[in-house]
Amino acid sequence: MVSAEAKEQMRAVAAQYPTLRSAVLPALYIAQDEEGYITEAALEAVAEALRLNVDEVKSVATFYTMFFKEQPGKRVIKVCTSISCYLRGCDQLVEHLENRLGVKRGETTADGRYTLLTAECLASCGTAPVLQVNNEFVEQVTPESADALIDALNQELDNESAGTAQGQEKAATPATPEKSRTEAAGTKRR
Amino acid sequence: MPELIVTRDIDVENIDILPVYRQHGGYQALEKALKTYQPDDIVEIVKQSGLRGRGGAGFATGVKWGFLPKESPRPRYLCCNADESEPGTFKDRMLMEKNPHLLVEGVILTAYATKVHHAFIYVRGELGLAGRQVARAVREAYEAGYIGTDILGSGYDLEVTVHRGAGAYICGEESALMESLEGRRGYPRLKPPFPAVVGLYGGPTVINNAETLATIPAIVLNGADWYASFGTEKSKGTRIYCLSGHVNKPGNYELPLGTPLRVLIEECGGGVWKGKKLKAIIPGGSSTPFLMPDKLDTPLDFESIAAAGSMLGSGGIVVLDEDTCIVGAVLRMTEFYRDESCGKCTPCREGTYWLTELLERLEHGQGLERDVPLLLDICDNMLGKCFCPLGDAATMSISSSIKLFKDEYLYHIREGHCMVGPGALAAAAIAR
Repeated sequence: MVSAEAKEQMRAVAAQYPTLRSAVLPALYIAQDEEGYITEAALEAVAEALRLNVDEVKSVATFYTMFFKEQPGKRVIKVCTSISCYLRGCDQLVEHLENRLGVKRGETTADGRYTLLTAECLASCGTAPVLQVNNEFVEQVTPESADALIDALNQELDNESAGTAQGQEKAATPATPEKSRTEAAGTKRR
Repeated sequence: MPELIVTRDIDVENIDILPVYRQHGGYQALEKALKTYQPDDIVEIVKQSGLRGRGGAGFATGVKWGFLPKESPRPRYLCCNADESEPGTFKDRMLMEKNPHLLVEGVILTAYATKVHHAFIYVRGELGLAGRQVARAVREAYEAGYIGTDILGSGYDLEVTVHRGAGAYICGEESALMESLEGRRGYPRLKPPFPAVVGLYGGPTVINNAETLATIPAIVLNGADWYASFGTEKSKGTRIYCLSGHVNKPGNYELPLGTPLRVLIEECGGGVWKGKKLKAIIPGGSSTPFLMPDKLDTPLDFESIAAAGSMLGSGGIVVLDEDTCIVGAVLRMTEFYRDESCGKCTPCREGTYWLTELLERLEHGQGLERDVPLLLDICDNMLGKCFCPLGDAATMSISSSIKLFKDEYLYHIREGHCMVGPGALAAAAIAR
């Protein structure tokens, strides 16, 4: 269920546009942040907040790749596989991560921790090969640094499930348009 | 060292926060413009400067602004196209992450020049940090009175909305961007009418690339003649070249237009990676035809690259070394267009799919003699016949690679494996 606060946020965002419909993308982000992916409840909440019908919202949500159709892992790893990363060995990197995580591209690990995806050019060709963890860049990745990254993410997730604040602080969370209006600039993972 | 314009302060510490940006001359162009120029004056200055769009098409920016009707019943809008997704291009992301205020100041100046009171910055969804940086810069500019009502006491009002995309290359095409901003699927619109006449919400609309807008403050501050003193006769100024692929020092390099390709690759980029030989160059993002090494002395400007048989496009220069299988590289680029085709028109939706299927078959040594002419035939059925430029773009690397590297295609068909690279090594190992 999408909370009343989230619906309120959707209406607040819509005030920045000349039409309610223009706020579909930001509203879908708000719903996805709360639900984890675009559920029926998310579609209904967006439709209700923006006075659209559910099918209209669904047709938009299914067009864009950043809206998940099913529950993704806690950390979504997207490896760029476009031309510049291809020339710098991204295919080997994808294979390495598939082996390390025990999933194929497009799949989520059984423990629900990781979803491994391939992405189209992420505008980081000068530091190829690159990947993103929940939309934050990790650049010039080697198989070794990929392993170190997964180790660090495992640690983060362990801390989170143990409920310590430490893990929460470090975790890269996708920024919604609302959060980005109130938070300080994020820092790039090194 | 040639003069830097858009990237001058890119490495200044904390240039992304307002006080530091101001210390380095930030918002002086805006103050000057509001005090001394009428909107039409700025349009004229930008026309005189010779600035051309940095998003790919290279259209004269001031001329584009001049297309807006003098009066219109509907509100006018400005869209900043920061949906950078062209493979090989990574300049706008750097500008937004490192110096977002420069972009915001360019947006305000452009909105003032075109008499717009509501501007949108459409930032690609995947660029999390860039989106947050731009949103924060806009917030700081609101608080400082550079955006909002009665800006710096001039009586000019402007609202700026930062809009986050959600993963669709096609939304970088101007009409699809507007559809997306209106809350629909990113399907391109039929032109004409052009956005300048009927654009966002049906009103006259200016759409400019992020780097183009980030250039405006310097032009307003230093004048048209100053800007026009850089570059060539028809391609004025400087631009950011994104260098990637098989080079020792990939990265963004701002150079005057007309700088030879060789200077970029050898002097800036430190030559081909690992001392290998150069095989081919993609000069303007994956939507542009290949150039051969004999074109290294071509000046990097719109006219010279066109005369050499390609396009300067978005300035994304990708270098391929001797061990790159061209069929494999072309397959990879074509997969991109297949995945990113929006599906609105049949030639692109079907064409990109079948091109990928054929290239895959060729790359894996199962191609047939007739596949090469068939590829060209499909390209012919797409070029100029798709609804928007995405379909045309998908054909560029294919038709140019068949022209320049036909022997490599035929080798795949004849021998059943790649001529160079890992595919060739694997085949050689099996043969032994």
